[in-house]
Amino acid sequence: MFFRLVYQSFYRQRRNKLLAATAIVFGVAVATAMIAVATDIGDKMNRELRVYGPNLVAYPQEDTLDVEIGGVNLKPITSGAFLKESDLPKLKGIFWGHNITGFAPFLSLNVNAALNNTANHAGSDANANSPTEIPVELIGTYFAKTIHYGKEDFVTGVRSTYPWWKVQGEWPQDELSAKQPIEVLAGIQFADQHHLKPGDVLRVVDRELKITGILSTGSAEEKAVMAPLALTQQIAGRPDAVRRLYVSALTKPEDAFARRNPSTMSREMRDRWYCSPYANSIALQISEALPYAHAEQIRQVAQNEGSVLSRIKGLMWLVTLAALLAAVLAVSAAVMNTLMVRRREIGLMKALGATRSSVAALFFAEGAMLAIVAGGLGFALGILLAQRISLSVFGSSIHVEVALLPIVLLISFFILLSGSALALRRAVRLDPTVVLRGDL
Amino acid sequence: MRRLRMLLRIMFRSATVRRGRAILTLVAIAVAAAVSTALLNLYVDMQAKLHREFRSYGPNVVLSAKEGSSLPADALAVVDREIANRGTAVPVTYATARTPDGSSVVVAAVDMERARKLNTWWSVTAWPSEPNSILIGARALEALSPEGKPFDLIFDGRTMHVSIAGTLRTGGAEDSRVYLSQNDFSAWTGLQPSVIEIGVVGGEQEITEFINRLAAQIPSAQVQPVRQIVEGEARVFNKTRAALLASVALIILTSFLCVLATLTSSVLDRRKDFAVMKALGATQRTANLLFAGESAFMGAGGALLGYFAGIGVAALIGRINFQAGIEPRWSVFPAILLGSVVLTLVTAIVPITMLNRIQPAVILKGE
Repeated sequence: MFFRLVYQSFYRQRRNKLLAATAIVFGVAVATAMIAVATDIGDKMNRELRVYGPNLVAYPQEDTLDVEIGGVNLKPITSGAFLKESDLPKLKGIFWGHNITGFAPFLSLNVNAALNNTANHAGSDANANSPTEIPVELIGTYFAKTIHYGKEDFVTGVRSTYPWWKVQGEWPQDELSAKQPIEVLAGIQFADQHHLKPGDVLRVVDRELKITGILSTGSAEEKAVMAPLALTQQIAGRPDAVRRLYVSALTKPEDAFARRNPSTMSREMRDRWYCSPYANSIALQISEALPYAHAEQIRQVAQNEGSVLSRIKGLMWLVTLAALLAAVLAVSAAVMNTLMVRRREIGLMKALGATRSSVAALFFAEGAMLAIVAGGLGFALGILLAQRISLSVFGSSIHVEVALLPIVLLISFFILLSGSALALRRAVRLDPTVVLRGDL
Repeated sequence: MRRLRMLLRIMFRSATVRRGRAILTLVAIAVAAAVSTALLNLYVDMQAKLHREFRSYGPNVVLSAKEGSSLPADALAVVDREIANRGTAVPVTYATARTPDGSSVVVAAVDMERARKLNTWWSVTAWPSEPNSILIGARALEALSPEGKPFDLIFDGRTMHVSIAGTLRTGGAEDSRVYLSQNDFSAWTGLQPSVIEIGVVGGEQEITEFINRLAAQIPSAQVQPVRQIVEGEARVFNKTRAALLASVALIILTSFLCVLATLTSSVLDRRKDFAVMKALGATQRTANLLFAGESAFMGAGGALLGYFAGIGVAALIGRINFQAGIEPRWSVFPAILLGSVVLTLVTAIVPITMLNRIQPAVILKGE
């Protein structure tokens, strides 16, 4: 009898049920989408904030002071100490190796460059045929080099650590080979000053460097020439040497615990600190992985990331809360209406001797069936919705945590329950005589 | 006139006698209006708040003297006037000095008060206030005076004896530098500021206009945005705004769905009143007008209630997330009011047309 009532109610009142189901589908979909976006936005924004460049730097412990003004390096290549290039793949082996999104080593030196092709330019200068020597900083680095660590291959270089750098032309090759000319980038200010364009050739210490592109960065690199690291090592006569290493890592915003000195902590606390992706703990792990290196967070990037990130996350969570509230209300309104329409039915049941609990059970069973079908549909729709938002806003698909599923389902169930509880309570308390006489 | 009074009376009585229904409808509209108000307010205000948050990244515009020249004496005054109270400007001078043992160190002269305001990420043990006391970078400290004793710096043959007030740690080039006050520096080297670092709050467009205005007023200087900072801010800002807008749209849609469901059933619920009126001789138009009037009235009332509740919610969110209140935007009110009234009217159209098609006799017989 009970099942027949439930079945008939669905069969006969299709339109009514459809209305309630629509509200539930929509409410649950919005709630799911918002929760999925809010949990993922931290990660997404963390990646966006990586445009501020690397947040960690490593330099040799024994190094002398930097002499740098306005990004122009005045320190001679002969002074100071170096890191070893061959140690760099070890970075991927540290505890938070997977959080390292990229790194770029640097070794720069000042050279004199001769322009071979001044004759090609309009306005035949008096010295067109005798190439002039121009002093320029030659910065050696990785552009997009493939690094092997164990069985893994990993592509890294300035293209991943400085995503805002723009190249007009082509990015150069990282490998030096005997057959092909060495490829380099010319900074845009340097190129403008000397009328260089992609395809031109520079002569530096008996080597021909082919300019493949013009680099604009918004800072001092625009006055320099960027070359493969191997080239600057060769010219400097220091194979395997790296002066600076910049690392981009996904980190957790710094809190009071992160700022504490790990050497004063108890063993368990130190383990917890070490295993949290704070900028400080990743810096410590890098110092441990690279011999004679000292790594540090770049405070301008690392500190502010945390504050901006926590604001955005906080905002999204508060908005999600508003979404949950709106979903509860929409579901509540829909359920309330279906019950209002069916007052007479309830009155009749009660007049025929049904108890409050059996009426409640009937409606609850109906509600539960509706919830499972509509809630499931709403959940799927919500994931799709979240995916669409993520694609249109961030241009990348959303990563839905598997652990999130039961939580979202629980929340949807809670929405349905709290949405219909009030309506159900009212309906069950109706006085049958009043309803059946039509006085309400 | 009498007809209008009668109409108003019916509306008033229907709201007071069947209070439960009326309150339910009003609450639904008010909640939808409140959520919309809060989110729209937040959306408008968030932009200014986030831009201010991003200024903790330090300077986003740099004004420098063209090569071989120095900045005009009134440059800082011009910059300060253009910034008004939307940021900070710090004049900086750089020079390479030597220590008695011959190694080089970069010395920077700044106005300490201004530098402190602009570079909030600097980790400083103590800011210098005494003459000839300096702020020293963590790596410079290790190299120049590991025990923290006063030491000598030489520039162009002139020696200055400095004492260390505090250390600075940033992880950047600042760690290898020595910072001293502009007055000490000028007395020692005779150099005047060649660079002004500026942190100014604003969107991409505003920053570009700011740069153009500065460039026009100080033609002897180069004004450039710090591209990394400006672009990064724009990217994060635009994405946050887009994500928020999508969320706001979804939530407003959901709450309107709630209003739709409530109103539809509230009108359908009163089909008996409708039938009685028609049976007593009311024309189709009068009956429709009555229902529409009631809906519009509810919409306006709900919007008013919801607007003030929404402002409260927005202020609360602002306080929780940004530690600063959110100013109520009166400009949102007409939109909310109009939206609510139009929505309720549109929602009422569906049930009214349904009722119009039914004969009063059928409804009254209870079929």
